[in-house]
Amino acid sequence: MIHWIVAPVVLPALLAPFIVLAARYHLGIQRVFSVVGVLALIVISAGLAWQASDGTVTLYQLGDWAAPFGIVLVGDKLSTMMVLLTSALALFVLLYAIGSGWDDRGRHFHALYQFQLMGIMGAFLTGDLFNLFVFFEVLLIASYGLMIHSGGNERLRAGVQYVLFNLLGSTLFLFALGSIYAETGTLNMADLAERVALIDPAETVGIRVAAVLLLLVFAIKAALVPLHFWLPSSYAEAPAPVAALFAIMTKVGAYAIIRVYTIVFHPDLEVTAGLHDTWLLPAALISLAIGMVGVLAARELNRLVAFSVIGSMGMVMISISLFTPVSIAAALYYIVHSTLAAAALFLISDLVRTGRRDLYLTPQPPVAGGTVTAMLFFAAAIAMAGLPPLSGFLGKLLVMDAAFDNGQMAWIWAVILISSLISVVGFARAGSVVFWKCRSIERDPEAPEPARPAIMSYAAVGGLLALLVAHTVFAGPVHRYTSGIAADLFSPDAYISTVLETPGKLSKPKEEEAH
Amino acid sequence: MEFLVASAIGVLTAGGIYLMLRLRTFPVILGISLLTYAVNVFLFASGRLTVGAPPILQKGVETYTDPLPQALVLTAIVISFGMTAVVVMIALGAYLGSDDDHVDDPAGSAGSDGRDAT
Repeated sequence: MIHWIVAPVVLPALLAPFIVLAARYHLGIQRVFSVVGVLALIVISAGLAWQASDGTVTLYQLGDWAAPFGIVLVGDKLSTMMVLLTSALALFVLLYAIGSGWDDRGRHFHALYQFQLMGIMGAFLTGDLFNLFVFFEVLLIASYGLMIHSGGNERLRAGVQYVLFNLLGSTLFLFALGSIYAETGTLNMADLAERVALIDPAETVGIRVAAVLLLLVFAIKAALVPLHFWLPSSYAEAPAPVAALFAIMTKVGAYAIIRVYTIVFHPDLEVTAGLHDTWLLPAALISLAIGMVGVLAARELNRLVAFSVIGSMGMVMISISLFTPVSIAAALYYIVHSTLAAAALFLISDLVRTGRRDLYLTPQPPVAGGTVTAMLFFAAAIAMAGLPPLSGFLGKLLVMDAAFDNGQMAWIWAVILISSLISVVGFARAGSVVFWKCRSIERDPEAPEPARPAIMSYAAVGGLLALLVAHTVFAGPVHRYTSGIAADLFSPDAYISTVLETPGKLSKPKEEEAH
Repeated sequence: MEFLVASAIGVLTAGGIYLMLRLRTFPVILGISLLTYAVNVFLFASGRLTVGAPPILQKGVETYTDPLPQALVLTAIVISFGMTAVVVMIALGAYLGSDDDHVDDPAGSAGSDGRDAT
């Protein structure tokens, strides 16, 4: 058995306590270990992605217990791609946190950061629904700490809202898991796929409730309207590097929807008929509209970015809710783009914040290094709003292409195009007020020279934008890859047979254990 | 037995939801605690209700209770206990810092209707 697949979970899990216990008072050592850990994660996850790229499904049975009885980690193309995306994002965000000194403004930043990574990696890799719940909790409890990093009344209040909302989400998740277990007697995804298909169509009340509850839970994580209320305040008030890392957390929800609703409750299943097109699609369209209207209406730069995250999640969910191989491929392409663009924008809003009193969209004296920051903002805003030439445009084109032969094509195209226009206006207004109007304001000669962001901060943002450019330039290969993932997702036999037929302890269930 | 457990879950959930809608941190936290109790009993019942049956294989025993929900409940209890402790600490910090225990944004803040730009 190959042990590498468990490394993205175990490495941060060991590094975090080491940082707390051994390097508690030495920020320098913490930084070194944190960066080295993330670099190692990148290497490992790149190796896993390379291993999975030919369609191999890697199975890891914890404790060597066979699948329906033990917990398994599964590395297929989808999960390894998300793991690679997470570790790449984590590196640049970590560099920014170090460069800007955010990690010095409170305690245990690096330890919490590693625990956060452990939770995210585990959520992507696990093949068991209850284990997914546990990893959700791991990433949430670390995010609670990161969210209120460096304190402040506003941040604590937003933190309370965030924690309470997510506690409610966790409780709903447990209700969903309880219903699924009561109906099927298993929580392993591959095993569920086989058992849900066997349920008598006349007796699907319980499993229907479970499927909807589970969708609600993942929609909370993915900040789908009307379950998005936790996002604007918490993302806007969170420290910028933390908000940038949180850009991947909404995608955990999207990933979970893709995973569970292709393998377990796949679109052809009678049990969940109507869930995607009747409920998910309108919610996604409204998310996109509300997110982009929020971009136009926001009075602060960081709130503007938070609303653009909601909007881009709306775009992802539109594509997911179509549930065809083409649309899932488009959604995966857009997920990568949206993660990188949102993270870059959060970091840029912190670059702006460095030289200003606050982030309100009002003319204030020019910030130090304003030209470079303005150029970075321009590029990131183009990407987020989906204008050519960056990947947001290509992603949007793929989504619209996927919606072309759908019955609701008119609605989808109308909402996407109009909301794009609104977001362009919103970003243009924000950029011109923050970066252009400041030229007309005289700096108070008494005022101290504004702080200048560190070179490393610029490098981190530049790195994220470079990834975005690479995502655009290599759009062909990337889209071919995501199409391959989507094709695998819609014929999950390899996944299911790998999980259930790999021998391990208890692999021949005895009479007594038959549920 | 089934009626008792089902109505206990229902009453706990209803009480929890009512308290959660109070918008002050202390009732909301109590409400979430009640909800987690409800979900723990619910998870426990998801393996079917059996009285007096052992969960582990023994000689000469015919009926067993499902051991898996017990493990799930144990995990859920530990997690919800830890989470409640965290939220109590954060809520206490927020209350002591701003002398206000409302969960929602106060009127006039950036979160509700924006601040007068100066």
